[in-house]
Amino acid sequence: MSWTGKILRVNLTEGTCKSEPLNMKWAREYLGQRGLATKYLAEETDPKVDPLSPDNKMIMATGPLTGTMASTGGRYSIITKGPLTNAIACSNSGGHFGNEMKNAGWDMIIFEGRAPKPVYLLVENETAKLMDASEFWGKSVWETDEGLKAKHQDPMLRVATIGVSGERGVMYACVVNDLHRAAGRSGVGTVMGSKNLKAVAIRGTRGVRVKDPLRFMQVTTEQKRVLAENAVTGQGLPAHGTQVLMNVINETGALPTRNFRDVQFEGAHDISAEAMATPRKTDGQTNLKTNQGCFACTIACGRVSQLDQTHYTVINRPEYWGASGGLEYEAAWALGAATGVSDLEALTFANFVCNEQSLDPITFGATLAAAMELYDLGLITKEQTGGVELTFGSAEALTTMVELTGRAEGFGRELGLGSKRLCEKYGRPDLSMTVKGQEFPAYDPRGIQGMGLTYATSNRGACHLRSYTVSSEILGIPVKTDPLQTDGKAALVKAFQDATAAVDSSGLCVFSTFAWTLDNIAPQIDAACEGEWTAEYLLEVGERIWNLERQYNLAAGLTAADDTLPKRLLKDAAKTGPAKGLVAGLDKMLPEYYELRGWTPDGVPTTQTLQRLSMA
Amino acid sequence: MTAMAQATLKLYSVLAKFLPPEAHQNKMAIEVDETTTVGSIIRTMNLPAKSCHLVLLNGIFVHPEARAETPVKEGDSLAIWPPVAGG
Repeated sequence: MSWTGKILRVNLTEGTCKSEPLNMKWAREYLGQRGLATKYLAEETDPKVDPLSPDNKMIMATGPLTGTMASTGGRYSIITKGPLTNAIACSNSGGHFGNEMKNAGWDMIIFEGRAPKPVYLLVENETAKLMDASEFWGKSVWETDEGLKAKHQDPMLRVATIGVSGERGVMYACVVNDLHRAAGRSGVGTVMGSKNLKAVAIRGTRGVRVKDPLRFMQVTTEQKRVLAENAVTGQGLPAHGTQVLMNVINETGALPTRNFRDVQFEGAHDISAEAMATPRKTDGQTNLKTNQGCFACTIACGRVSQLDQTHYTVINRPEYWGASGGLEYEAAWALGAATGVSDLEALTFANFVCNEQSLDPITFGATLAAAMELYDLGLITKEQTGGVELTFGSAEALTTMVELTGRAEGFGRELGLGSKRLCEKYGRPDLSMTVKGQEFPAYDPRGIQGMGLTYATSNRGACHLRSYTVSSEILGIPVKTDPLQTDGKAALVKAFQDATAAVDSSGLCVFSTFAWTLDNIAPQIDAACEGEWTAEYLLEVGERIWNLERQYNLAAGLTAADDTLPKRLLKDAAKTGPAKGLVAGLDKMLPEYYELRGWTPDGVPTTQTLQRLSMA
Repeated sequence: MTAMAQATLKLYSVLAKFLPPEAHQNKMAIEVDETTTVGSIIRTMNLPAKSCHLVLLNGIFVHPEARAETPVKEGDSLAIWPPVAGG
């Protein structure tokens, strides 16, 4: 129970949809969602597969608590081999789509092959069929979502879809569900587009059964109280959202600015949570309209924003005048500080376009920042950009390029490569701020040392969500550690990685862990799921998942040489702030990390480690 | 008459209400002398101690037990948040 016990296997080449039982032995070992889908992918595909070939598979996966009354229990993930990184890709999303999929009776949907022409998958509980998507091909996320609901005369359909960027091979297309929630990173939407799969539309009404309903109700109610009484999850996140970090991280001197040339941004306050809540001079309205929660979430950190109708980006463009998903911290950083742009309305517009055309705003913003540096060095010219001056700080460059990239037109096709391929093409690979081909998020590892190890060892390429040590190093959760020190960070990163892998496999949101530990989560899983689930066992599951992802990447051809950072972060010291004079001390942390993991000095899990985790 | 030395105080989130109306971008100038400490500023501004969670002096965290002894000097920047998070 709590798992539905069913997988929907969709062969796009043959046009078939078949139900099959979930492998419950693997569910016991890998829990669900991220872990369990990675196990299926690793077992069913060759890790050396071309990510955009029909032989790659794409899995949509819920966790055992998805669709239940556990707070934040609405998550699902998309697992595949990522085109941006050529490594394991796993992108997690909220909204309501995951709940709908689980309530339709499916733990996972596995997509195989490639459809001969564009299709979408329609699921109504146990009925699933592939439908002709020719009328939606070339349409945006917003048009497709609205069009599918109208076509099927069902406003309750939940839709996950790609925009034009995913159809046209932009390497970091995401999959957007519920208009503005996204499985955002590593190009999972690019894989979906390569399969000629435009969208998945689901209606589910079957309910989710749990092992011990009374105990589950008691324990989830108790844990909701923990979230409500915690100052972060009960007050800070709903009031200010993630964007409250903009001024925090700038003050600590760890806000990457202008492609990591600087670590503090003079325009940080102008693009912060505080600015979003301040009435505009133009119309007296605030950018931020309200907060919003995903399915079952009692935190509700999401932002909903509305643009100034007189802003140059949206004059006579009413399709952008409504309230929609607003800036979260990572997007605001990438579209703002990374590019040096401090026009909040321009950032909000660019974020809307990212949602509309399914672009990962982190990789888009970071790639534009790299292009701006190439332009600054004269390696990209105005002739190549179609007449746009690609200067740091130019809001016009940002808003023009996001629309071009969203449609993969003009210089947007170049930006659609991602910064690694772009910088290689223009002769300066060192200017790509990436690990394993994926762009950094919003924390400079010179000012937050643990994040350097986090980025270098993340199985899906540079990522903050694989071990968010910012929580400890800056925010003091659960305990404060010194962000400028490397001592102890190897153990901290490993602990965060293992715990997060378990949470990402449960159906819960990782933001719950600002208040919860695995001790709060385990009783909820234990009341819902067959078997015995303790915090200690969940940590073992998390470590097993981490090693499985590592083995997948090693089999795909990655090595310890890929566990590194760009030269700029290892050699060029921070110029200002508390980290002035410091570089990322990766060399001081990485050997200890390998040892703590039970890996060889070359970063390979030893037989003993695999046996301890029942993986050999 | 000698002008008093000044530092900058920044208050965010629920603490912003303790700023004067003329404060811009969540910051205000404060006068400091050789007796001024992080703790004395928190007291003078009547900031609730339990809301002073993330206290950064020139970007560096000041532990609660060190606040009474940590001097704030001319040109320093003191920024304070209640418990917050993001990601």
